[in-house]
Amino acid sequence: MSARLGRADMEPFIRLAATAAPLKRDNIDTDQILPARFLMMPRDERYRTYVFRDLRQNADGSEIPDFVLNQKPFRDARIIVAGHNFGCGSSREGAVFTLVDAGFRCVIAPGFGDIFYNNAFNNGLLPVILPGETIEILQELLEHTPMPEITVDLEEQLVTGPEKFTARFEIDPHRREKLLKGLDPVAYTMQFEAAINEFENTYGASYPWG
Amino acid sequence: MTGPRSLFDKIWQRHEIARNDAGQSLLFIDRHFCHELSFHAFNMLKARGMRARHPSRTVAVADHYTPTTGETREDFNGNDRYDLYRTLERNAAENDVMFLGLGDHRRGIIHVIGPEQGLSLPGMTIVCGDSHTATHGAMGALSFGIGASDVSHVLATQTLWQPRPKSMRVTVTGKRPAHVSAKDVILAIIRHIGAAGGTGHVIEYAGPVIDALSVEERLTVCNMSIEAGARAGMIAPDDTTINWIAGKPFAPKETRWDAALADWRALPTEPGAAFDKEAVINGGDIAPMVTWGTSPEDAAPIDEFVPDPASEPDATKRSALTDKLDYMGLTPGQALADIDVDRVFIGSCTNSRIDDLREAAAIAKGRHAKVPAMVVPGSGLVRKQAEQEGLNRIFIEAGFDWRPVAGCSMCVGVNGDLVAPGERCASTSNRNFRGRQGPGARTHLVGPAMAAAAAVTGKLSDVRKIGAR
Repeated sequence: MSARLGRADMEPFIRLAATAAPLKRDNIDTDQILPARFLMMPRDERYRTYVFRDLRQNADGSEIPDFVLNQKPFRDARIIVAGHNFGCGSSREGAVFTLVDAGFRCVIAPGFGDIFYNNAFNNGLLPVILPGETIEILQELLEHTPMPEITVDLEEQLVTGPEKFTARFEIDPHRREKLLKGLDPVAYTMQFEAAINEFENTYGASYPWG
Repeated sequence: MTGPRSLFDKIWQRHEIARNDAGQSLLFIDRHFCHELSFHAFNMLKARGMRARHPSRTVAVADHYTPTTGETREDFNGNDRYDLYRTLERNAAENDVMFLGLGDHRRGIIHVIGPEQGLSLPGMTIVCGDSHTATHGAMGALSFGIGASDVSHVLATQTLWQPRPKSMRVTVTGKRPAHVSAKDVILAIIRHIGAAGGTGHVIEYAGPVIDALSVEERLTVCNMSIEAGARAGMIAPDDTTINWIAGKPFAPKETRWDAALADWRALPTEPGAAFDKEAVINGGDIAPMVTWGTSPEDAAPIDEFVPDPASEPDATKRSALTDKLDYMGLTPGQALADIDVDRVFIGSCTNSRIDDLREAAAIAKGRHAKVPAMVVPGSGLVRKQAEQEGLNRIFIEAGFDWRPVAGCSMCVGVNGDLVAPGERCASTSNRNFRGRQGPGARTHLVGPAMAAAAAVTGKLSDVRKIGAR
């Protein structure tokens, strides 16, 4: 499980073979991933239990059987294959924390909310973008195969799945590197400290009202 | 860079410290705002043994968890929320960061007070661990929301690595009809381009309808850029912007003002500047809008109808639509102006400024609320101004619940101001997501006058047919 204190000791992501759950809904927003009432909670061992809480459970705590992650083959999924615009909405990094703490390491979707996408990389969660038609094929396969397992290979930038499903994905090389090595972003930036210092001296003189 | 440049190009260029092999830019951040939920970021900073690199560039404001009824510990909804407030106060003190807390008349919602205090200025890069940070783009700034890890990165380094976003221009032509608010303009834009229409892009809003907006109205438009998926939204600074900023507490003064003015005048997009994407909307066609679903793109003019899943050919979309209407408790084909509401909320970083309260009060005046209707000003200064103008009395006489203390309140509900399960709320906030205003809450997004109209009629109503008194 990933680090509690953030990325200083972030777990690298190279290759993952795991159960994948088809979440066939567009615009899964961050309020659905982590309902607002949990925002104030510290990131402790309870954090993993908040994930998709109101999609998974009724108000009385009973399970909603229709929800895909409550269904037999998908209960231990570590990969989500979702609809358009996954993670849209608020900037809450808690949405990524709760996914990661619940064991998810990868979300595949036709598109993501920008801030969620960025937050994911900061926590060792790999967001993979594939075309909508490819996602629909993959979701169908996962629904109808007895072993809904796929492999996501970040080094090769490849998703492979049931019935010889194969799809290549594109990813920003810097972000890929960050995940492959589990790079600490602040330490990386501090390599540029001389440039930052130099910039600050000139900038402050040019725009003193900032 | 050669050739005509956009407002975005100019701001990006002047903040670029370095570029790495992957083409990401290291940007200098002028202003950083934080709030109670920044505790994760302060914890990360502490875990690294670091403190804020430039404390004077960060401002901490308590807004999410603060009560709206009073300003003492007892007014908080439970000790946990008070502790969260105190944690922000402590983190700010430990890092020498300015803290605006309870009892400070300047305090309010970050996205209201940043511009109001002159802390958010043209040409700046502005970030905050909140997606509605796009609001400040209305000042002619590049302003966007970030997560906790990036907040800690900004605290530690005053910089952020960013891939260069794509650019998009949304032009609103023609003339805005009477009774059409800035909220209606942005809801119409989101309906047009979709909730992911701006993904990966920074939007510049332009055209005669945008030019004619007040600063408060521009803040409303830019606020909801994230609801169109955009990284940020911005509007070029002009006389309206500059006159509004003049004299604000943290705005530059004297010779610095003159220098700033010369700089700001040169910021707007030059004719012929290229955008990766363009959208054009006829402002004359925009009507008062309401949302009927659970995404801000589910918006429609008030005189339209709830969509019918039966007319959706795609099976997945059909079932998603059925599911949405089920959650919202709506019948296909039902007139939007025929939907009863249980309560009304007027407030949030979208619509809690003085213009918004004036618009709502004009409808409330001389009428009476048929359902509970809460009004929460966006800042202590907005409250003061509203009271000087007698708006609070208009609301109170109309049976509205005027709250004396500013904050995010029922937009996100984390301070305890919640919409009950199954309840239907006409709200001037920015998100109609499932459970956004409380588990099971049903939200219809509207502008301030439309919200007041819903309060006095007990249902979603066409403000054009009601009219101000």
